[in-house]
Amino acid sequence: MKIHEYQGKELLKKYGVPVPRGAAAFTVDDAVAAASSLGGKIWVVKAQIHAGGRGKGGGVKLARSLDEVRALAGQILGMQLITHQTGPEGQTVRRLYIEEGCDIARELYLGVVLDRENSRLCFMASSEGGMDIEEVAAHHPEKILKEWADPLIGLADYQARNLAFGLGLSGPSVNKAVTFMKALYRAFVENDCSLAEINPLVVTGSGDIIALDAKINFDDNALFRHPELMTYRDLDEEDPKEIEASKYDLSFIALDGNIGCLVNGAGLAMSTMDIIKFYGGEPANFLDVGGGATTEKVTAAFKIILRDPNVKGIFVNIFGGIMKCDVIANGVIAAARELGLQVPVVVRLAGTNVDLGKKLLEESGLNLQSANDMADGAQKIVAAVKGK
Amino acid sequence: MAIWVNKETRLICQGITGSAGTFHCQQMLAYGTNLVGGVTPNKGGTLWENKVPIFNTVSDAVKQAGANASVIYVPPPFAADAILEAVGAGVKLIVAITEGIPVLDMVRVKAALKASGSRLIGPNCPGIITPGECKIGIMPGHIHKPGRIGVVSRSGTLTYEAVGQLSALGIGQSTCVGIGGDPVNGTDFIDCLSAFNADPETDAVIMIGEIGGNAEEKAAAYVAEHMKKPVVGFVAGSTAPPGRRMGHAGAIISGGKGTAKDKFAAFEAAGIRICNTPAVLGTTLRAAL
Repeated sequence: MKIHEYQGKELLKKYGVPVPRGAAAFTVDDAVAAASSLGGKIWVVKAQIHAGGRGKGGGVKLARSLDEVRALAGQILGMQLITHQTGPEGQTVRRLYIEEGCDIARELYLGVVLDRENSRLCFMASSEGGMDIEEVAAHHPEKILKEWADPLIGLADYQARNLAFGLGLSGPSVNKAVTFMKALYRAFVENDCSLAEINPLVVTGSGDIIALDAKINFDDNALFRHPELMTYRDLDEEDPKEIEASKYDLSFIALDGNIGCLVNGAGLAMSTMDIIKFYGGEPANFLDVGGGATTEKVTAAFKIILRDPNVKGIFVNIFGGIMKCDVIANGVIAAARELGLQVPVVVRLAGTNVDLGKKLLEESGLNLQSANDMADGAQKIVAAVKGK
Repeated sequence: MAIWVNKETRLICQGITGSAGTFHCQQMLAYGTNLVGGVTPNKGGTLWENKVPIFNTVSDAVKQAGANASVIYVPPPFAADAILEAVGAGVKLIVAITEGIPVLDMVRVKAALKASGSRLIGPNCPGIITPGECKIGIMPGHIHKPGRIGVVSRSGTLTYEAVGQLSALGIGQSTCVGIGGDPVNGTDFIDCLSAFNADPETDAVIMIGEIGGNAEEKAAAYVAEHMKKPVVGFVAGSTAPPGRRMGHAGAIISGGKGTAKDKFAAFEAAGIRICNTPAVLGTTLRAAL
């Protein structure tokens, strides 16, 4: 689960990670009131969307008066913010964060992620802060310092010091950075984060270490033990089709193509998209109905696929292991009848009770094409969508 | 002989009295797996389905039933503890089917595993099967056929796809291992490849990867350097958009790394015969023999 910058900072603050003072705002008046109660002479008006690259996209602006706060808030609220992470259509800005100005001496980078190679949390630090860190990693990997935390020990002081000195910090800033990193580690572990990125991590003119931005993601599998975090969820930032799918425990991701896919198993679902593309089609979605699909689940899956007006055909690809093909066939038939399907549907069934499943489809009298294997099915649906 | 599991394997099930545990234990018994016990705290001393003894602890099951393998169907919040319990009891082979275990739980489990003599397969995997001898997990037994091809995969249904194609061509399997779709797992591709390499009853291997991480690239390097047997490979997720988790927690392209293109390239460079689509896994393997 992703959250907004201001929520991430609120969480980090609880753990003693220094962040600038700020307040969220949902309207222009809120924004001005927030700036006025923060006081000072300079403020930053920041668009709150889940995607990164907000600054470059024009969603982060400096204001030197309350009038300017008002003007900028009006400009940014409601805009379609386009960044390299939003896709070309951009994301509507519905929330702002008004923050006090910050005396920036240096901009650094600090990130925490799981390193899959050694199954440990990795702290990554770089003196190239504020930049696109992926670029730095690609072109100057030597500029990224790394320390791996032993899960039984945590991030040791000396490891944090290694990073601090590696970043060129000195004097009191070193211990401040150590305190910062240890607090960040605690926030990460205690909340089951899957990513924490502080970019930029700022050294102020007076040598303080402060998180000027905060990108925090949580491990979806661990949300059951953090019910309090669910208040951070912002449904406006999520695809409505994906929200609907999650209600039925379906794993769904919307894509740009026109061939809907309904598959069991994540690997098979991905490779069903791949094989459609291989035969010249474009998948409209990733959809894994999971291991225990019922008629209700299959019907819900069809409905979600068909909510996308781009969908011109559907490929059902099921390898029934524990799941029986006749159950799937009945689900497909029920969904087709209920929804009055207007688009071609190709069904490939394999595995347990496959013959019974195929027979049910044939006898249904519905316009369902049967396929012998994955390649056959992919070719048939691509042909059907292209009108032969 | 195959790898890791055979007729001699003495299996227990942690979570045997839950609905998934009960269903799959029935299937495993029907397949002929030697299921010697189950573990459910506070139900020790009773019988499951009037035939299999239940123990309160894994340690009791090891001592009293001589278990040397355990399969775990415990729900995600308790699964890490179940794995640790099996490790603590000295169980040699632990197969965790459970999907949805928090990653940081697995980070701690992995640290405990490294200091032990246990092998973990999974989590979030279909399990392991030596056809005709021992099925541990949730895979449909009937699609398998005893033979001489090893199969290793991060994905469940894609494993079935490969196995189904092989069996349809009359080509049997020595052992099939699903290593699971999570970012932190117990057994990796290289563990499986080196076991298949050393197994006199395995002639060739199908390896099925996914986007995310670099396990496939490392496996390719192993194949180039050590593998004496033909390997056929496929990677799911060529069309997956970056930054999106494709069902499996581990299947995500992040920071431009872990793409299917990179993995296919690594496979090719290592002399692995690659499949353009998963529909040709069986025929590509047949051509490689």
